[in-house]
Amino acid sequence: MATLELQDLRKSFGTTPVLHGIDLALRDGEMLVIVGASGCGKSTLLRLVAGLEVPTSGRIVLDGQDVARRDPAERDIAMVFQNYALYPHMSVFDNMAYGLKIRGLSKDDIKARVQEAADMLGLGPLLARKPRQLSGGQRQRVAMGRAIVRHPKLFLFDEPLSNLDAKLRVTMRAEIKRLQRRMGVTSLYVTHDQVEAMTLGDRLLVLHQGVAVQLATPMEVFERPANTYVAGFIGAPAMNLLPGTLSHAGTAVTLGNGLTIPFADGKRDGADGRKLTIGIRPEHVVLDHTGVPMQIDLVEPLGSETVLIGRLPDGELLSVKVPGRGPTTDQVMIAFNAATLHVFDADTGLRLG
Amino acid sequence: MNGRVDWVAHLVLCCGVLLFVLPLWLLVAGATQDAGAISRGDLSLLPDLRNLGVFWSVLNDRAPGGAPVWHMLLVSAAMALAIAAGKIVISLLSAYAVTFFRFPFRMLCFWTIFITLMLPVEVRIVPTYAVMADFGLINSFTGLAMPLIASATATLLFRQVFLAVPDELVEAARMDGAGPLRFLRDILLPVSAANMAALFVIVFVYGWNQYLWPLLVATDPSLDTIVIGIVKMIGQDSVTDWNRVMATAVLALLPPVAVVLLMQRWFVKGLTEGEK
Amino acid sequence: MTFFGSHRLQKAHPSAKGPSLERRTIFAGWVLPVLLVAPQLLLTVFFFLWPAARAMWTSLERQDAFGIRTEFVGLDNFADLFADPLYLDSAVRTVGFCAAVAVLAMGMALLLAVFADREIRGRAIYRTLLIWPYAIAPAIAAVLWVLLLHPQIGLVAHGLKAIGILWDYKLNDAQAMTVVILASAWKQVSYNFIFFLAGLQSIPKAVIEAARMDGARGWRRFRTITLPLLAPTMFFLIVVNIVYAAFDTFATIQALTQGGPGKATETLMLKVYRDGLINLDLGSSSAQSVVLMVGIVVLTALQFRFIGRRNAE
Repeated sequence: MATLELQDLRKSFGTTPVLHGIDLALRDGEMLVIVGASGCGKSTLLRLVAGLEVPTSGRIVLDGQDVARRDPAERDIAMVFQNYALYPHMSVFDNMAYGLKIRGLSKDDIKARVQEAADMLGLGPLLARKPRQLSGGQRQRVAMGRAIVRHPKLFLFDEPLSNLDAKLRVTMRAEIKRLQRRMGVTSLYVTHDQVEAMTLGDRLLVLHQGVAVQLATPMEVFERPANTYVAGFIGAPAMNLLPGTLSHAGTAVTLGNGLTIPFADGKRDGADGRKLTIGIRPEHVVLDHTGVPMQIDLVEPLGSETVLIGRLPDGELLSVKVPGRGPTTDQVMIAFNAATLHVFDADTGLRLG
Repeated sequence: MNGRVDWVAHLVLCCGVLLFVLPLWLLVAGATQDAGAISRGDLSLLPDLRNLGVFWSVLNDRAPGGAPVWHMLLVSAAMALAIAAGKIVISLLSAYAVTFFRFPFRMLCFWTIFITLMLPVEVRIVPTYAVMADFGLINSFTGLAMPLIASATATLLFRQVFLAVPDELVEAARMDGAGPLRFLRDILLPVSAANMAALFVIVFVYGWNQYLWPLLVATDPSLDTIVIGIVKMIGQDSVTDWNRVMATAVLALLPPVAVVLLMQRWFVKGLTEGEK
Repeated sequence: MTFFGSHRLQKAHPSAKGPSLERRTIFAGWVLPVLLVAPQLLLTVFFFLWPAARAMWTSLERQDAFGIRTEFVGLDNFADLFADPLYLDSAVRTVGFCAAVAVLAMGMALLLAVFADREIRGRAIYRTLLIWPYAIAPAIAAVLWVLLLHPQIGLVAHGLKAIGILWDYKLNDAQAMTVVILASAWKQVSYNFIFFLAGLQSIPKAVIEAARMDGARGWRRFRTITLPLLAPTMFFLIVVNIVYAAFDTFATIQALTQGGPGKATETLMLKVYRDGLINLDLGSSSAQSVVLMVGIVVLTALQFRFIGRRNAE
C-alpha cells in the first residue's frame, strides 16, 4: 500500500527527448492505466518508476521518498513483464521464490507466501514444472505470482497480455482486475489496447509523444476526451472527426454538406469562421431520412451491431455503428445529434467546452 | 521421404565413413595381432580376439626413455582436465565482465584478449618457453597447462551466448533484487550450461592432443603425455612391437573420442554457434 | 560497498538492428568486472603479449657464434630471411601445402556434408561416424597413416608395391609431401564437415523449395543457390584451414617425416622449430615467427572484415 507521485518527470535518450514533464499522483490502492500508441513513451515511464532507467530530471516519490535514483532492488516494487521473463531453468516454485530468497525470508515464510500466491492464481498443480512446460497463459500467471509474493508497495504491469491470444486476454484481464482489487496494491499498468485500458483502470493516463494529454477516469476520457488524439484513440471504431467552422456568433458549427448544427451546451469562444474539428462517435450517428446521404463503401457485421463505412457527399469519410443487421441498401440518410457532438479547435486539437 | 533409396548418398557416405573408420579399425585389429607378422606386412583386417588382453598389458610398457603408458595416460588426463576447467572458468568470468558491464578500457581489454586468437602457441613457442623459464615453470605441471588456458576462443563463445541473453531476464532478476554475482551464479550459469558442456569437449580434446608445447616444456619423462609417448615410440627406426604400439595408440585415442561421442550434440552445437 | 552505482549507462533508443555488439541491459560498477577480467588479462599479457613482444625484439637482434654477445641489427634478420633461398623454398612449400590441404579437406568435407544433409536412413549414424575423427590428435593421425603407408608394414604400401610403385616416403620427396598432405587433410575433414553441415542446415528449407518451384535442379541449384548461401561458412573455413595447415600440422609432419627427407616437407612452422630450438638461431627464428604472426593477423582481419560485413547485410 503506497502512494506514488511523479513530479515533472523527464527522460531523454542522448539528445532525443522521450518524456516531457510528466506529473502524476496515484492514490493508495489505485490502478492507473497508462495508454497510448507505440512509441509514446509509456514503457519508458514504467521503466523509470521501476528503476530500470534513470530519469533525466524530475522526482519519483514513493510513499514520501524520492526513489528516482535508487536501484530496483531498493524500491520494493514488483513488475510483470510483457514476455514474462521467467527463469527458464527454475521450477515455477523457484521462480516465485527467488526474490524472497534474496531478501532473506525463511524457508517457511517463502513456502507460505508462494503457496498463497499459487492458490490465488490457480498454480498449485504446476509448482514443480519448468516454464517451457507451461502454456502462455500459465506463464503469465507465474509472472504475476512472482510479483504477488513480494507483497510490494507497487505493482508494475508492462503490457502483460499482448502476447496472449484474444480469448485468453479477456479472461486474464478480468483476473488481473480481481486480483488487484483483492490485494489493494497500488498499480501502474501500461498498454496500447484501449479496451484493456477502459476495463482495468480506475483512472487512465493517455500519453502522446511523451506528453500526458489526459488524466481522468475511463468514462470521462470516453465522454469528454481532452483533444482529438484521445478522441480518436479511445473507442472502437474510432470517433469520426470532421472539419467545420464556427458560425452563428459562436452558437453553431457549419460542416460540409450543408449541415449546420447548433451547440446543445452553450456558446464557443472565437469569431465566426474559426476552424473547428467536430467529433461524433459512430454509435451516435443516427439514421434519419431528413439528414444527408451517405454512400456505403463497406459493411462490417459484428453480430450484435453493424459498422457501415462510407462517404458523405463532400467526400468526407464516416463510420456509423447501428444495432443489429443494418440497412441493405448502398446508401443511407444520416444525421448528427447536437447532444453527442465533441468540439475541438482545428489547429491545437484541444477540446472546446 | 520418397520411398526410393538414395543410392548415391549411401555410396558416397559409406566411402567417407570407410576412409575414416578403416585406419582406426586397422589400429584396433593390428593391436591384437602378432608383431612379427605385422613387420612382414601381414596386417589382417580381422582382429585376433584371443589377444584382446594386449590393451591391458601395454599399460605397463614404456616409451623409449620414458614413463609407463598408464602414467602418461594419467598425465594427459590431468593436463586436459586442468586446461578445460581453467579455460572455462577464466573465459566465463572475462566474457561476463566484458558483456555485462561497462568499465574504463573495457574495449581495450576485449581486443587484447581477442588478439590471442591470432597467436597460436606454435608461433610464440620460443619466447613463451623463455618466459616460462623465467618463472621457473619449465618441467612443471603448471608450466604444462598455463599457457594453453588463456586463449580467446572460449571467451568469444561465451560472449556470444551472453549477448543473446534476453534483456527481460536480466531486468526481472534486478527487480527481484539480484546483484551481478547472484545473477551470474543463479541465472547465467545454469542457462549457459549447454555451452559449457560444448566448450568442455572442445577444450578437453584440444588439451589432450597437444604435442609441441608439452614436448618443449617437459624434459622430465615423468611429465610426458601419451601423445608424446606415441610419437617417441614410432620415431624409432627399429620398431619391432608394432602391435603394442598400435594398442597404445588406441588407448591414446579413447578418452577424447569417448568425450566427443558422448557429448556429440552439445559439442556440435557449441562449435557452430560460437563461430557464427 | 554496493556494486550498484548511481548511474547506469544506457544506449540510445535500441534500434531494430541485427545481432548487436553490445548488451542493452547491464550492471553498474567497475570494480567487479575488472576483478573478473583480470585473470585472463594477466595470462594474456604474460603468455601472449610478452612473448610476442620478446619475439619481435629478438627478431631485431643477432647473437654471435658462441651465443655470448647479442647485438641489435635492426631489420637485418628479416633481410637475410627474404634473401635466404632455403627460407623462400620453405615459404613456397608452405603455401603449396596449405592450399593443397585446404582444398582437399574442404572439398571432401563439402561432398560428405551435402550427402549427409539429405533425408536418408541412418543419417545420424553417418554423421557420428564422420564427426568422431575430430577427436584424433594430429600426432596420432600421423601414426594412423604410418600404419597404412609405412614401407614395411603398411597395407596401402603393400598394395602400391604390388602394382609396381616404388613406395618409400622416407626417401622420396614427392611421396613424403603427398603423405603429409593426405594425413593433414584427412584429420581436418571432420571439422570442416561439422561446419558445412551446420551451414547447409541453416539454409531455410523455404529457399530451396522456392528454387525447386522456379525449376532449378540438382547441380544448378547447388551452384546458384546453395553455394552462395554457404559462402560465409566457406570463407570462415578457408581461413581456419590455412591456419591449421600452417601451424597445427606441426605434430603430424614431425611424427611422419620430421620435415624430411632433407627438407622436402619442412614447412615454415617446422623451420621455426628447427632454427629456434634445435639450431638455437634465435634471431632468425624470431624473425620467422614475426613474419608468421603478421600473416595470421592479416588473415584473421580479412576474415572478420568479411564476416562483419555479411552480418550487417
